[in-house]
Amino acid sequence: MQTEHLIAVNEFCTNHNIEVSFISSLQETGLIEIAFVEETAFLDADQLQQVEKFIRFYYDLDINLEGIETITHLLRRMDAMQDEITSLRNRLSLYE
Amino acid sequence: MFIDYYKILGIDKTALPKDIKSAYRKLARKYHPDLNPNDKDANKNFQQINEANEVLSDPEKRKKYDQYGKDWQHADEFEKQKQYQEQSGSRGSGFSQGQSGGDFSDFFESMFGGAAGGRGRQAKFRGEDFNAELHLELIDASKTQKQTLTVNGAKIRITIPAGIENGQTIKIPGHGGPGINGGPNGDLYITFSIANHPKIKRLDDNLYTSVDLDLYTAVLGGEITIDTLSGQVKLKVAPETQNGSKVKLKGKGFPVYKKEGQFGDLFVTYDVKIPTNLTDKQKALFTELSKS
Repeated sequence: MQTEHLIAVNEFCTNHNIEVSFISSLQETGLIEIAFVEETAFLDADQLQQVEKFIRFYYDLDINLEGIETITHLLRRMDAMQDEITSLRNRLSLYE
Repeated sequence: MFIDYYKILGIDKTALPKDIKSAYRKLARKYHPDLNPNDKDANKNFQQINEANEVLSDPEKRKKYDQYGKDWQHADEFEKQKQYQEQSGSRGSGFSQGQSGGDFSDFFESMFGGAAGGRGRQAKFRGEDFNAELHLELIDASKTQKQTLTVNGAKIRITIPAGIENGQTIKIPGHGGPGINGGPNGDLYITFSIANHPKIKRLDDNLYTSVDLDLYTAVLGGEITIDTLSGQVKLKVAPETQNGSKVKLKGKGFPVYKKEGQFGDLFVTYDVKIPTNLTDKQKALFTELSKS
């Protein structure tokens, strides 16, 4: 497994001053994936932005895990709908 | 201009710190940029809420605001006087020592030096997302290309993959506004506006065009040359081709976004042109043909 894009969960939590259990909870709810290399937990760098967003939700805005899950689901739906609007607008322009 | 921070947070002047915190969190959950992507109004509201909280949740700032808020233009004089009185070398308020978020109002900057104090986790917020629009011609969007953009004085090199859609937005992480109080930078969102081509229309990865076909080629068949985005293509026309009929040129359409080597199709509609200004001989021949 390539490890250059992986960030150790412990290190990440120390830098962000958060509990490792929070990252574990995110994994348990399926919001993020954790990779294990020789029994050490890692986060993929591609997920960092998303995880940092979850940290802001949880610690700054006081949103619990259930709330984060709901918001994430709704934001994804919003994205999908936005893409659909764009596609429909383009389709409409074909007939204008 | 004086800003009523209490009004922004929807609280009373006698509000307790816990009320301020609660009001702030409630509004932040409504307008936070993470929850309102690409919403400029929400972003603006959030900055106001954040600024109000920055002041009202800090006892020293709140005191100064309550005392001099409406007379904010004279706040500097107040500060000077205070410094004379506290010349014992104490550390001061530290208002201007923190990292500037760059997102505070003139009012705030006049009163508090334009900087947010480092108050730990609660004050850290992601910077504002920037939105930009980039105009491309259809032919440009059909090829992967590199462009250098200047955003707030900084040059950013971006690669635009072939096949990008009109209205599609790509995110350049970390190139938005600076983070507030050491928070991460916002992102830059670039929305592509692809101009209509005069002859070729695009729908997803397929292209549509129409070509004029003279009557003789339509009836007898032949070969014509048509323009595509990748150059000219020779096309065999079957005999007895009807006006309005379509042919599909497989793989001659638009490149599929981020799928190298994959292309949509090109649909060509024939527009058969009836000859005009016929000579007497031609008219006679058509008459003969019509009787045959």
